[in-house]
Amino acid sequence: MGEICNFRRLFQAPVLAVAAFLALLPSIAQAQDAAMGIDEKINAAISPVSNAIVSVIFYSVPVGDTAFPLIVGWLVVAATIFTLYFGFIQFRYFGHAISLVKGDYANPDDAGEVSHFQALATALSGTVGLGNIAGVAVAVSIGGAGATFWMILAGLLGMASKFTECTLGVKFRNEYGDGTVSGGPMYYLEKGFGLKNMPGLGKGLGIFFAICCIGGAFGGGNMFQANQSFQQFVNVTGGEASFFADKGWLFGIVMAVIVGVVIIGGIKSIARVTEKVVPFMAVIYVGAALVIILMNYDMVGWAFGEIFAGAFTGAGVAGGVVGALIQGFKRAAFSNEAGIGSASIAHSAVRTKEPITEGFVSLLEPFIDTVVICTMTALVIIITGQLGSGLTGVALTSSAFESAFSWFPLLLAVAVILFAFSTMISWSYYGLKAWTYLVGEDKRMEMIFKIVFCLFVVLGSSMTLGPVIDFSDSMIFAMAIPNVIGLYVLMPFVKAELEQYTARLSSGEIRKFKHS
Amino acid sequence: MSNVFIVGFDGTKDGKRALDFALERAKSDNAEVHIVYVLEWSPYSFLTPEELEKRHARRKEEVELASSQIMAPLLKELEGSGLSTHGVIRYGKIPDVICDVAKEVGATQIIVGRHGGSDMAARFFGSVPGTLVQIAPVPITVVP
Repeated sequence: MGEICNFRRLFQAPVLAVAAFLALLPSIAQAQDAAMGIDEKINAAISPVSNAIVSVIFYSVPVGDTAFPLIVGWLVVAATIFTLYFGFIQFRYFGHAISLVKGDYANPDDAGEVSHFQALATALSGTVGLGNIAGVAVAVSIGGAGATFWMILAGLLGMASKFTECTLGVKFRNEYGDGTVSGGPMYYLEKGFGLKNMPGLGKGLGIFFAICCIGGAFGGGNMFQANQSFQQFVNVTGGEASFFADKGWLFGIVMAVIVGVVIIGGIKSIARVTEKVVPFMAVIYVGAALVIILMNYDMVGWAFGEIFAGAFTGAGVAGGVVGALIQGFKRAAFSNEAGIGSASIAHSAVRTKEPITEGFVSLLEPFIDTVVICTMTALVIIITGQLGSGLTGVALTSSAFESAFSWFPLLLAVAVILFAFSTMISWSYYGLKAWTYLVGEDKRMEMIFKIVFCLFVVLGSSMTLGPVIDFSDSMIFAMAIPNVIGLYVLMPFVKAELEQYTARLSSGEIRKFKHS
Repeated sequence: MSNVFIVGFDGTKDGKRALDFALERAKSDNAEVHIVYVLEWSPYSFLTPEELEKRHARRKEEVELASSQIMAPLLKELEGSGLSTHGVIRYGKIPDVICDVAKEVGATQIIVGRHGGSDMAARFFGSVPGTLVQIAPVPITVVP
């Protein structure tokens, strides 16, 4: 009986959410009829605010013929400083990070707790996505082959930022009596700055971070994803002539119901299926890229020649070397989110006595995301000769893969939708954590956030709200301002953790467990 | 050295059959019986961010439930049997955990039941007794 009640309760919330969506359906359909009108009205209303914030966050200085957004410089400079401060940690402890993920240092008594592998996989499913497919194509189509070199460099440097923020995330997380945990930049800003006798500043930065994180979750982590996956869905179902071409609301409702079932109904099986399929798609994607590269093995040397030559001569690229560098740095920062602070929220949940171990594990994230997956995309685009075809974004990546495998665009569409879905699930959680940080841990307030999040999925796929998306994109990057300030102030804590851990590692106090 | 038996117990009637068999043999061999209950778990499975957050709390609940609903009543029932019985609750892959416990306590024999099905899944992926037969460090008895 109890089980039946639980079962009913489990389904009640998503069913109610679905009912709410169905009730909204006529009005959304009407809204669709007058879509242009409503889109335009919302755009007009939000544009002044959006433009002002976007122009501040993405304030760009002209360098040569191109504009360099300062926020990208802010992230790359921070990554360089962390790399130097921790003595090239990303190279020295790369092998140790792999050992940790494999579970070599996992105490068998902790079986059943969150493993390093699980925290890494969950954080990765939030970052691997459109940036790896579309972002790279934008980088090489504007910045030329040379942009790839700078993208790889930014990815390698970004590993040190992730290391710093994820160590702090675990070190300063909140652990509650019932065993649940909450962590992330808002917590280390507040608690860490408290220890540095700056509690007011820490709290202020934490609140600023949380507000930006909520904005980012609704926009870049939700509407943008819904919008892009709908576009790709329409493309493979016939483009303009597709039955779905003008039915974004329908796609949105289906997507919102699936998202709602996972985040409101707690039906983990769907999420688990996606979380299994996403790495599988990533493997297929990288595998297909490798096959194309192997099929053209005689051109690999030439491709790397192009990449290096382009990186240092900038031939044929607007802005020359600087133009290539800006594009590479920008797309790496957009893709791996190092320094933004989002991944620190997911990594905080791992069960470990040593916060630094999660830092080591997290530094693999920009490596997998940017150095491996983004580079594969770039190599395929260069080798297949699609660079200079006039295409950009997903279309460029799609046509590059299509030149080798005609069926690939269909697979890419599935991948884009799945990546978008897993990114939405991750960001719904990041946004929720920021929300509960502001309003307190309260079930009713959590429910409000989740329902609104689902509604935004419908909005994202049914409307073309350019300014809203720009605004939310800038919110994601605004997170980097309080976060990186926090990382600068709190990095001595990470250094202390690193020193005591490495001393015990070399003395043999911390050693591998024998696993059967 | 005294005899130590390991019994894999999963709360089903097949597990109960294996336990009854083990208890009978233990009486005649004057053996100690360790009953192992395994909560299936892989550190490489995928979890959502929310599941990550609640994992520690869920683990505590699961262990408490396994202990109060399965192991504690079972050990209580065996109290009057005159045998030395111990309960072990662990996370992991069932065959691996059973072998680990067998090595730790210096077991002389492992006893498990079998479901007896002939479904395709077991043919493709193997079954717990099948795997144990391959990897057990000590003799194993599979109770039909």
